[in-house]
Formats: sequence, C-alpha cells, structure tokens
Amino acid sequence: MAQTPEEGHAAQADKPFNIGEMITHHVADSHEWHFATIGHTHVTLPLPVILYIPGEGLEVFSSSRFHAEGHHESGHEKHTYKGFYIDEADGKLKATDPSRKFYDFSITKNVASLFLSAILLVVVFGSIASAYKKRSGQAPKGLQSLFEPIVVFIRDDIAKANIHGKDKHGHPMYEKFLPYLLTVFFFIWFNNLLGLLPGGANVTGNIAVTLFLAVATLIATHIRSNRYYWGHIFAPPVPKALWPIMIPIELIGILTKPFSLMIRLFANITAGHIIILSLLGLIFMFRNVFVGGVVVPFVLFLNGIELLVAVLQAYIFTLLSSMYIGSAVEGHESHDDLGH
Amino acid sequence: MHALTAVFAADILSPELGLLFWQFVVFILILWLLSKFAWKPITGALKEREDSIENALKSAEQAKLEMTRLKADNEKLLEEARAERDAMLRQARQTADGLIEEAKNKAAAEGNRAVEAARQAIQQERQAAIQDIRQQVASLSLEIAEKVLRGQLKDEAAQRTLVNRMVEDSNLN
Repeated sequence: MAQTPEEGHAAQADKPFNIGEMITHHVADSHEWHFATIGHTHVTLPLPVILYIPGEGLEVFSSSRFHAEGHHESGHEKHTYKGFYIDEADGKLKATDPSRKFYDFSITKNVASLFLSAILLVVVFGSIASAYKKRSGQAPKGLQSLFEPIVVFIRDDIAKANIHGKDKHGHPMYEKFLPYLLTVFFFIWFNNLLGLLPGGANVTGNIAVTLFLAVATLIATHIRSNRYYWGHIFAPPVPKALWPIMIPIELIGILTKPFSLMIRLFANITAGHIIILSLLGLIFMFRNVFVGGVVVPFVLFLNGIELLVAVLQAYIFTLLSSMYIGSAVEGHESHDDLGH
Repeated sequence: MHALTAVFAADILSPELGLLFWQFVVFILILWLLSKFAWKPITGALKEREDSIENALKSAEQAKLEMTRLKADNEKLLEEARAERDAMLRQARQTADGLIEEAKNKAAAEGNRAVEAARQAIQQERQAAIQDIRQQVASLSLEIAEKVLRGQLKDEAAQRTLVNRMVEDSNLN
C-alpha cells in the first residue's frame, strides 16, 4: 500500500495536494487498479464493472468506459456510461438517477486482489501438498520446509492447545476445525502481505472482508457447540436473581467476540496503511527534500513493523477464533478445571 | 477537511455488498479447495511422518531392551561356562590329588613292607648270626674247655670249679 503518492496531484499547481484525499484514495476500494501516475499518464488497470439492476438484469462493462473520452486536462471530469458514473468524492459507483436501484458486484481492486491471493494460496499450498505426496517419507524441502513449521505451529499451539475433547467417533475435535483455522491464518497473512506491496489493495483492512471472516468464526464457533456452552449462556452458574442481567450479557457476548475480531483486524491493517501514507504525504505537503530524508527511513522502519503486524494479526485472529471455538465445544470436565 | 474525514470514516466503515459477496465466494472456494487438496494431504503426511518417527523411536527402544536382554543372557551363559570350567578344574585337581595320594600311600605301604621285610631279614640274619656265634662259642668253649681240661684238670674239684666259672662267664644272653 506504500504506493508512490501521486506526483500528478502535486504537480498540478492549480490543485493543491490534499493528503486526506490521497489517503482515502489508497485505503478505500476502487473500480480500477491504479499503480502510478507518471506526469499526466495514469498507469491503471481497468477492472470489470458488474451491476445487477432489478428489472433490467446484469450489466457488465469495463471501468475504462468512465474514461472513454481519454485524458483531458480536467482528467477527473464526470463521465457517465449507461446512466452510471464514479463519484470522485468517495470513489463509489453511482447512478445519475438517484432513484434507480442497483447492486454493485463489480470486480473492484479489492476483489481482484482477493482473487490474486486466492490463486496464490491455492498454487502455493497445492504445490506444497504435492511435494508431500512426491517426497513421502523424505525430509521437507524448499517451500515445504518454509511453511511446515507454521502449519505445525497452528496445529499444535493454536488448534490442539485450545480445542479439546473428542467427537462421537473418537477423533480429536481440533481436527474438524484445523482446515478452517489454517485457511483463515494464511488468507489473512497473504492478504496482509499483498496489501503491503506498492500498489497493493487494502483487502484485510476492509470492513466487508473482516466482517465476513468474523461471521465465519461465529458460525464455526456455534456449528458444534455443546450443551455446556449453551448452559453457560442460558443458565449461568450465578444466583437465579442475577439471570435477567447475566443472560443478556452472555447473549451479547456471543456477538462481541466476533465483532472484536472484525474491528481488530480492520483497524490494525488500515491504521498501518494510514500511518505510512500520512508520513509519505508529509513529503508532498512540505515539498522539501529534507523532509523526505527523515520520512523515508522512518517509513521503511514502519514497513518492517507492518510486516510483523501482518503475521501478528493473522496469528491473533486465528488464535482467538480457536479459543472461541474451543470454549464452545469444551466438555464439562475441563470447565470445572478452570473453576467455572 | 472535516467533512471529508466524516465521508472517509463512513466510507471505510460501511461494508460493501459487492465485496462481501466476492469475499464469500472466494473464501468458501479456497476453504474447500485448500481443505481437500492442501490441508488434508499436508496434515496427513505430517501425521504419518510423526507416527513413523514415533514408531522408529519405539522400535529403537525395543531393540535397546532386546540388546540388554541378550547381553544379560550372554553374561549368564558366560557365567555358567566359567562355573562349569571351575567345577571341571576342581574335579581334575581332586582326581589328581586323589591319584597322588593313592600313589603316595601305595609307595609308603611298599616302603613299609620293604622296611619290614628288611627288618625281618635283619632279624633272621641276626638270629642266624647269634646262632652261629653261639655254636662257635660253644665249640670254642669246648675247645678251650678241652685245653683247659687237658691242662688243669688234674683234680676233679678244680675241674668242676673251672667248668662252672666258665659256663657262668660265657652266659651271652
């Protein structure tokens, strides 16, 4: 995300550099993948726009249609296509007729990045899996030995450590949730790292993505929850007089846990991007090379921190998910051990 | 700037339907793909390897136990062999001692018998010698007596006294 801020903006003398706009542009989603602006030429990958209009059906066209006339001096002029335009204020696609109802399923920058990360995940772990098959009984090598300790760590220290008990077939309960936890961990980590690349999208710093992940954990938590878990919520081990207070608190607790997951990931990743962008923005606000000399090493340092945050947030999300799942599938015996 | 911040906050805090939809599709797809084609073979292979390592360790432990058992067995066999050898040596020594003892006894008995025989022979010789001496003395006495008798026996009394005295003197026993 630490993308070269737009020299184009700064160069336009009539339009002063607006740091807020620049940050919004980089952190928010977009209908095109903008890599850089060299002079007045935007290096942009147009992305498909997919709209579902009730009564009219699907409408698919390239986002370059909004720039059909090419680049004018006033390059940010409103261009409408089939009654739609991109609102420069928030980068959203809007209908010229505000009463017209439509749903935007466009392949935006975030969606494209999502696809990229999905392909990367499938290719990387598919090749690792085939390496395990091909080199069965041999020591791991290459990518395999890079990711094996991480997979083992997630299995032993995240899943096995927090999800106890066995299912009715005698298999350890954690095995049921391990695929989900591994997928979540690597999905978040890979997307965090892709987001740190110059020109990368802010996928894990988007509330829709973290909302989905939090809901997934909410579902995973309750899919195999046992009667002890529900007993704890609807018949908490406190005097009955407190039940009218405790039961609503426990019910809200069901939702606050995934809510905290959603906000934590979103806020950490977005905040990291905003800090880096703000610091880089200082160079263009002051237009001073000495500011650059101070800011660039500091941004480099922050980028290092962000690399750590990328793996840390993936770890925290996975760990907390497994703890929530663990608390819902835990047997009664271990509850007593914890003093509940 | 303030209005922009508000727009910005509202913008990034409101989940968009399109992204939510694609995130759902992509995540479910990779969850299924990775579970089936990545996590299952990877965790399976890891478990297999762990099991094989555990088995190897266990069989090594067993081999070690087997080794100690064999060693103990060997030790026992060696001990037995040593004891047997000792017993054989002891027996041999006893047999040898017995033989020597027997030989010694035999020799001693033989010696005693020889000594006894020698003593008997000596006794017989001595007896014979005494007999001989006695005969010689008797004949000598007779000769002497004859001479003396011839020379001195002029009277009967003198003859008798002389004979008596000579007999008494020649009591050799």
